[in-house]
Amino acid sequence: MKIVLDHLTKRFSNRTKGLDDIIAVNDFNFEIPDGKLIGLLGPSGCGKSTTLNLISGLEKATSGKIWFGDDDVTDLPPENRGVGLVFQSYALYPHLTARQNIMFPLQNLKGKDKLTKEQMNEKVLEAAHLVQIERYLDSKPNQMSGGQQQRVAIARALVKLPRVLLLDEPLSNLDARLRLATREEIRRIQQETKLTTVFVTHDQEEAMSISDMIVVMKDGIMQQIGRPQDVYDHPVNLFVAKFLGNPPINVFDGKIENGAIVIGNERILEIEGPEDQEVYVGIRPEGFIVDESGPFHVNKKQIEIMGRDTSIVATHPNMISESIRIIVTLDSRDELPSTVGFRLKPGKVEIFAKDTENNIEYSVRESV
Amino acid sequence: MKKIKPWLYLAPAILFLGFFMVYPLIDVFIYSFEEGYNSASQTFRGIGLYNYMYVLRDPYFIQALKNTFILVIITVPLSTGIALLIALGLNSIPKLKDLFQTIFFLPYVTNTLAVGLVFMILFKKTAYSEGLVNMLITGLGGSAIDFMDGPYWAKMFVLCFYTVWIVLPFKILILTSALASVDENLYKAAKIDGTSRFRIFTRITIPMISPMIFYLIITGFIGAFKAYSDAVALFGTDLNAAGMNTIVGYIYDMLYGNGGGYPSYASSAALILFAVVLTITCINLTISNSGKD
Repeated sequence: MKIVLDHLTKRFSNRTKGLDDIIAVNDFNFEIPDGKLIGLLGPSGCGKSTTLNLISGLEKATSGKIWFGDDDVTDLPPENRGVGLVFQSYALYPHLTARQNIMFPLQNLKGKDKLTKEQMNEKVLEAAHLVQIERYLDSKPNQMSGGQQQRVAIARALVKLPRVLLLDEPLSNLDARLRLATREEIRRIQQETKLTTVFVTHDQEEAMSISDMIVVMKDGIMQQIGRPQDVYDHPVNLFVAKFLGNPPINVFDGKIENGAIVIGNERILEIEGPEDQEVYVGIRPEGFIVDESGPFHVNKKQIEIMGRDTSIVATHPNMISESIRIIVTLDSRDELPSTVGFRLKPGKVEIFAKDTENNIEYSVRESV
Repeated sequence: MKKIKPWLYLAPAILFLGFFMVYPLIDVFIYSFEEGYNSASQTFRGIGLYNYMYVLRDPYFIQALKNTFILVIITVPLSTGIALLIALGLNSIPKLKDLFQTIFFLPYVTNTLAVGLVFMILFKKTAYSEGLVNMLITGLGGSAIDFMDGPYWAKMFVLCFYTVWIVLPFKILILTSALASVDENLYKAAKIDGTSRFRIFTRITIPMISPMIFYLIITGFIGAFKAYSDAVALFGTDLNAAGMNTIVGYIYDMLYGNGGGYPSYASSAALILFAVVLTITCINLTISNSGKD
């Protein structure tokens, strides 16, 4: 089921008198293709949960429309939209067993949709099988681990065969190890059911790893929508660039001068396109190649070796962030001098306008 | 040395409780078996069950037992049910909730006797007035009823009305906070699944607040069995004459009432009350525990 958000806006009136209304979702206008897994990504308070609530129907839109396929669901109450929602806290009914929890939505069906006991049991088993919790069906939520509870919550959302599956911060209540396993689990369930699935997260790694598409949001405004790698490689602005990637992108004060990106007084990359101006220069941690004769130099602070990654923590007079992190592959534990020289991978260097912070397109001039 | 320290810390509590709770309890137990106890000479004739036989045959005790049971059976379910309805109502008007919660709580902090006085004005017939309720009844075409000195059911009605009214605030308070503590997401989840309001109430709200409901029922039973001051506030101290005595009232009368001075009978009655309350509480707990699994 394709979901279309058409100029969707949600405004909350401010309780304190005299203060402006809060626009949690500001003129959202995008389409979620059928059968895809979409991550709504942004820092807390950016309106991603509100967006999810608007799609589920728990919140009413101030203006704009929501379409599920060809159906306008804007004014439909949640129960008539055919959505399954998994809450961050799972919201399982604590006094019911897993089986009773999963069966709960089925028991609500009335009239011609009413199911017999056998049909219900069958559907519950089917859903339980999909999320692999058959063994725990007769346990109460407090007898289950966080991961198991979440599977029950997903099964409860899936059992009534929704048109759309919505997950609110599905992984944030799980510990790190379980989080990895569960996100793959969510991916598997989504691919088996082929449901259009929207999930909310503030964790960019989570979103990047399993989503078909991500929507990056900030302060109620949609920043960028696209395939995770595309968004990572071509961030539309400095915010998106900084939000995606771990370690985060290194940002410097720089300028365009005579056909080159200049940081301090080093011409780090020869380029064509943009006019001379002051810019922010962002370089991804993996965009550096150690080269003594390279054009860019930083002051080494310390080396951190973590498994396969070696990161150089460094400083630079023009850096905006606290320090710079550079990920390199060093074959031998080479002794690096206190000032390290680098060549830069062009695709990993982004420039942003000082005023709008928007990405400035450029092309690399091949050196002759 | 190590062994003494904990006992030292416990000593004040143990001494205090021992003096004022354990010793009197044991004493009551002993009194109840001492036949023909004379409080002036502090002597008794023998040991046996005579006191119990006497109390159980005493028509005043039977009346008190009957009154207490009627009071318990009517007021506990009624007050809990009404409190639940009011609490649900309060929860659905978030803006006025605090105001009404305060208003509903006022009877709880009002003195029992002051409330009794108000009920007098409502129900008592005097030389000057029929009482407010009777004015209403006659106004609607009925005939006046003497609530305070009239038929048994009328007096019982006033006593139950009074008891329900005075225990309501506490129950409302407990139930509103119980309702407010139910996870909002459970309701959202139910809403998404298209659960009807009735089903949300019976399958989610009630189970979620059932521990509090059971708490209120158990303490309500115990409280109602121990009722005394309410009856005094309405019908004065000579409750036997009014036919509105309660078990605790009977115990009091045996000790200090008209003539008084029968600690043995009072002790027996107290132990009978204890046995009744214990039995009912055990039944309650069994029911509430069986509801859990």
